[in-house]
Amino acid sequence: MTARGDIIIEFRDVWKSFNNHQVLKGLSLSIYRGETLVILGRSGCGKSVTLKILLGLIQPDAGSVIVDGIDIAALPERELFPIRRRMGMLFQGSALFDSLTIGENVAFALKEHTTMSQEEIDEIVAKNLLFVDMAGTENLMPAELSGGMKKRVALARAMAYQPEILLYDEPTTGLDPITATTINALIRKTQAEYGVTSIVVTHELASGFSVADRVAVMDGGRILEIGTVEEIKKSSNEFIQTFIAGPK
Amino acid sequence: MANNKEKFFDFLVFLHGLLEMFGRSLLLTFVKPYYRRDILEQMYHIGVRSLSIVVLTSTFTGLVLALQFGHEMAIYGAKMYTGSVLIVALVRELGPVLVSLVAAGRVGAGITAELGSMAVTEQIDAMRALGTDPYKKLASTRFVALTVMLPILVAIGDTCGMIGGWIVSVTALDISSDFYWSIAIQYLQFSDISAGLIKPIVFGMTIATVACYLGFTATGGTRGVGEATTRSVVLSSILIFMLDFLITKLTIGSM
Repeated sequence: MTARGDIIIEFRDVWKSFNNHQVLKGLSLSIYRGETLVILGRSGCGKSVTLKILLGLIQPDAGSVIVDGIDIAALPERELFPIRRRMGMLFQGSALFDSLTIGENVAFALKEHTTMSQEEIDEIVAKNLLFVDMAGTENLMPAELSGGMKKRVALARAMAYQPEILLYDEPTTGLDPITATTINALIRKTQAEYGVTSIVVTHELASGFSVADRVAVMDGGRILEIGTVEEIKKSSNEFIQTFIAGPK
Repeated sequence: MANNKEKFFDFLVFLHGLLEMFGRSLLLTFVKPYYRRDILEQMYHIGVRSLSIVVLTSTFTGLVLALQFGHEMAIYGAKMYTGSVLIVALVRELGPVLVSLVAAGRVGAGITAELGSMAVTEQIDAMRALGTDPYKKLASTRFVALTVMLPILVAIGDTCGMIGGWIVSVTALDISSDFYWSIAIQYLQFSDISAGLIKPIVFGMTIATVACYLGFTATGGTRGVGEATTRSVVLSSILIFMLDFLITKLTIGSM
């Protein structure tokens, strides 16, 4: 899709450092409602930090992060929880709760934040597991699953509460090419069927280009260039060309 | 010099973190949702599953103390009063401290290891991302469970210690069963019992605070979790001894 709806998320001149190491250096970025934006960049360039700031897991040192008109950068933790419930995040390592079954993992947010009956919750869990092609795994433990299966369950968990925004942190890293393709297809399917706004952080070009409506290339703590896949491929920026073609 | 300043600053940050964890855990106890099921689960893990080690430790402490006291007091012809000395020592000091040290080793280490593993695998971040406060769901529930269960464990431990002392008094010291219990109860004062119950409440809060804070802040993979677990046991144990002195001073001072 060509996404040019209203802006749902906006980073305005965001700065963040850890132990005197400046990670974000004036990051500015706008994300349109319903689009899939891929943030592409080298490892350690601040991509995951950007996602964590958006979720309010990390507070920026300076700048604003506007989510649907609300600046979340300075909000106290208790006021962030309702905003976080509008988002879902697929963590790099899946981050499934290893003491809970797959069913309990997917049901977590529903049990915490709704008054649904167990039957209703079970139905939603089954539907979401079917969506990620993991039907019937409710009673398994996370330790019994492969890396790709964990990612799919983590997506089902992120989707269960029907978020408006989905964040993917390196969704295909560490997976074999076939499983990575399956995950990429799931990202597209989620976007197509639920119309959620998706932000995908990755350093893998093929994965990023296959799911993106727009691509933002990040380096040195800020966005170098943003555009469609074709625009990025044609970019004259030396770093972007090196990143795409590999070092000569 | 700069290094010392940095260390002092790190210490202040650490102290602030501990106090913040204590404050949050305490305040969130009174905020909905109450997570009764999680608290009951933790009570089972902390209380019921610690019973065997508490019973064993306390019984053997009672046995050994009775032997030791009996032997020493016989020199001064006061062997008959072994029960009274033993029970006051057990209820006021040894019971709370020993059981709390056992809890710091078994329960505190377990909490730090569990929460530390969750922290380094981003499970705590995932919980926050799913809109749930981990301080409430993970820390506050353990805080309540430890604060409630430790005095109960101490009471059970005291009883086992007294029974251990009774076994030695009757079988090895020729003290009659009736005399042992009557003199023990006669010398046991309300202040001994109250001090013996205040201590485990304070120690329970301390172990939970230290264990949860070090678990939440664990970094550096499995090695980091291991280090945090060791620190949790060491710091809890040191604080138990320091607070024991403080509470004893205050309660003796108020007598």
